Amino acid sequence: MSDFPRWKYALVVIVLLVGIVYALPNVFPPQPAVQVSGNRGAAVDASLKSKVEGLLATAKVPAVAVDVNEKDGRLLARFGNADQQAKASDALRVGLGDNYTVALNLASTVPSWLRSINANSMPLGLDLQGGVHFLMEVDQNAMIDAQETRYTDDIRSLLHDKGVQYDSVTRNARGQGVNIVLRTDAERQKAAGLIGSDYPDLLVNDAAAAGNGFALNAVVKPTKLRELSQSVITQNVTTLRQRVNQLGVSEPLIQQQGANQIIVDLAGVQDTAEAKKIIGAVASLQYRAGLYTPQQAMEAARSGSVPPDAKLYFGRDHQPYLLSKKVIASGDELVTATSGRDQQNGTPNVSVTLNAAGARKMQEFTNDNVGKPMAVLYITRTLETKMVDGKEVKTPKITEEVINYANISGPFGKQFQTNGLPSDAEAAELALLLRGGSFAVPVDIVSESVIGPSLGADNIDKGFKAVMLGLGLVLLAAAIYYKLFGLVADVALFFNLVLLVAVMSAIGVTLTMPGIAGIVLTLGMAIDANVLICERIREELRNGSSPLASIRTGYDKAWATILDANVTHLLAALGLMTMGSGPIKGFGVTLFIGILTSMFTSVTVTHAITALIHGGRKLKTLSV
Amino acid sequence: MEIFNHNANFNFLGLRKYSIGLAILLMLGSIGLIVTKGFNYGQDFVGGVAVNVAYQNAVDTNDVRQALTSAGMENPLVQAVGGTREVTVRLQPKDDHGSSGLTGDEAAAKVSADIMAALQKVRPDAVMKSKSFVGPQVGEELRSDGIYAVIFVIVGIMGYLWIRFEKRFAIAALATEVHDVLVTLGIFALTQREFDLTVLASVLAVVGYSINDKVVVFDRVRELFRSSRNATPEEVLNRSINSTLSRTIITSLFTGITMAALFFFGGTAVHGFAITMLIGILVGTLSSIFVASPILLWLGVSKQDLMPRSKEDPALERRP
Repeated sequence: MSDFPRWKYALVVIVLLVGIVYALPNVFPPQPAVQVSGNRGAAVDASLKSKVEGLLATAKVPAVAVDVNEKDGRLLARFGNADQQAKASDALRVGLGDNYTVALNLASTVPSWLRSINANSMPLGLDLQGGVHFLMEVDQNAMIDAQETRYTDDIRSLLHDKGVQYDSVTRNARGQGVNIVLRTDAERQKAAGLIGSDYPDLLVNDAAAAGNGFALNAVVKPTKLRELSQSVITQNVTTLRQRVNQLGVSEPLIQQQGANQIIVDLAGVQDTAEAKKIIGAVASLQYRAGLYTPQQAMEAARSGSVPPDAKLYFGRDHQPYLLSKKVIASGDELVTATSGRDQQNGTPNVSVTLNAAGARKMQEFTNDNVGKPMAVLYITRTLETKMVDGKEVKTPKITEEVINYANISGPFGKQFQTNGLPSDAEAAELALLLRGGSFAVPVDIVSESVIGPSLGADNIDKGFKAVMLGLGLVLLAAAIYYKLFGLVADVALFFNLVLLVAVMSAIGVTLTMPGIAGIVLTLGMAIDANVLICERIREELRNGSSPLASIRTGYDKAWATILDANVTHLLAALGLMTMGSGPIKGFGVTLFIGILTSMFTSVTVTHAITALIHGGRKLKTLSV
Repeated sequence: MEIFNHNANFNFLGLRKYSIGLAILLMLGSIGLIVTKGFNYGQDFVGGVAVNVAYQNAVDTNDVRQALTSAGMENPLVQAVGGTREVTVRLQPKDDHGSSGLTGDEAAAKVSADIMAALQKVRPDAVMKSKSFVGPQVGEELRSDGIYAVIFVIVGIMGYLWIRFEKRFAIAALATEVHDVLVTLGIFALTQREFDLTVLASVLAVVGYSINDKVVVFDRVRELFRSSRNATPEEVLNRSINSTLSRTIITSLFTGITMAALFFFGGTAVHGFAITMLIGILVGTLSSIFVASPILLWLGVSKQDLMPRSKEDPALERRP
């Protein structure tokens, strides 16, 4: 027993036990469920539960269980199969109306004691549970066009305002910036100075001019373009997230890929056309004057009688506002919005920049209305599908929401600040919403794919079969070829699978088909360490060493090789992981974890078992 | 049970003229194939046209595939959507012979019309629900990231081998690595099997597998050099290959078994992955036995290079 210290036995036992516990959740198959969550503060409570139960009874869909989780603000109804789930979701969507979002979900059946220690099953990728996948790309050209057109307008009005005589301000070909032709060299220098100080994001240079004019060329700095492109992506991701919420997908995946792509994975959604309409929907925003007092707005909301010059809107936390019917400026006149902190009192704020046309209107309005309220109205237009008398009816749905309401502190034009926001997070969100509503940079869907749920189930089935068959064959081959040591290796290989699954579950790696291929490959290669050890032990035996000495030397010598071979292999897996996208990444992660777990199981675990079997006994031969 | 004669001392190095010659020929052939025939890139790389087709009555995806191939379209991708009455068909413009030379929208229109014509010929109840052009999933970004990742891996592996072994081992490993990848890719170019993202992942996994294989042999070379008193490098290398031969082949066999299981039972989604891995395992195993060590010999590996270095070692002092 001296070969193998006691603490190592303890380590092996602890790791294996923890591994089993964290791999266990994958044994519990998820249940088809429908998730209901409240919008605009709609309550999720016992009364909703009885309402849902009533609706399900009317639709004759038996639910396995209906649970309300008031802390998360959602209700979960579980069903026996996917058909019932679909029927229930249709019935609830119509029955509960706009105040609730109804989503298809796969409810975990993992016991709560496991979940309480964060042991969850691996989330399944789209290819294993069905759904739609979109790859979207931000149109960079459109972004450059928008920027250059805007600077052209701005420069023209800047020169006009400052009384600089110019011949022409025109936009060059895309990416070539703005061309400004002036009459004299002095004017050119004056213009260059003005533009340079007002627009630090522009690179202003003298340009060769046609005829007898003096020309300037102003190009948007590449850093500014990169920054813009990144902010376009961020705001599009945010906008998409808000829209996907309306689709009622429970666990959407929306993430940036590379510099200008966005991936949207919607598990469980099958209707691409519907998903596309909602994702591609247009959001916009408007600045409007606030009219009347909050009390009058409350009264109007209560009684329904709205003054003729105003319209009733609601804010995000459901408070009513009366706003002017006239729009001061709208989202397409907004250039950018950034969140920050007020320099004087340090409270979170958002600074907004309007284009020339918007600035003029804003200046006129604020000059006359200092001290009066102004509101930002956020408008989204989506197409909604409802079941009416068994038929699908698609209706455009416009949601209007007051996202900000504040008093005007003084007249302003192009640039102004919205102060008095309660937190930095809220300032950042408002800035995002403003940009999201305003930026008209199109996002194109460059690819879409639908994976049917039956195909997903089929993939799981095949993947499971391949894993089990691969494992079984290797177990058999090892046992035949290396006898007792083969059996020990088999135990280790089995635990390697358990540990691999446990680690993947614990860190929440999404299981996909390439991931399964990675698992199978890892199983095949994990046995390599044991092959190395067994071959070494055989060699030592042939060289005439005693059985126990052979085991010791076998392990010692094989370890150096195993380490070298696995470190190089780990480097290769790391490369796969960092390549970053889709199947390659999923596969790389699996391989990386697999190599690490296999080093532990095939060396330490087998050594522990071998020491247990052979330790303290006088051996004449080894079964290897 | 033992398959291999442990006393065998086959003169692998004696074959080095032929084995290296063959390896170089294979590499040149592969490069030629890759340059002339190129790869049959899948939709992940080049995009394609996706058509959503609804049938009035249930349809089998195999029949749909059959209808398309008999109309002369290569590699159509047919998937059932939801139930049994709706399928998506995806096809690259190049697989529809009528559409060569067309671009973008034109090709999309032509390809989708051809798909519908082929399907309606067999089943008149087929209706096109929607069509869309699918762009490639592998963007410029991914390509450059991929190249960086490969460079990082190569530099990392070489660095590790250089430190743990010696620079000649790093070079020999890299050379055989290039050989293994090129030949695997060459077989892909030859057979014109579809090359998609999972295949790319698999090619990169071949890199991992084959480096693993080589390191085991190199490890033994180092050990034997250190322990043997006056054996020639050729003897040491031969003995290393022979004494690791059973491990090399058994491990390949075991890994091969799992990949075969994946190929036969894992479904079409992982076919490309499994077949690439099987090819890579075969190529990698053969090059570990026949190619890697002759390169070491040719690079002039010697006992002195591998002795554990101590501070007093005068040879070390002279090193730059």
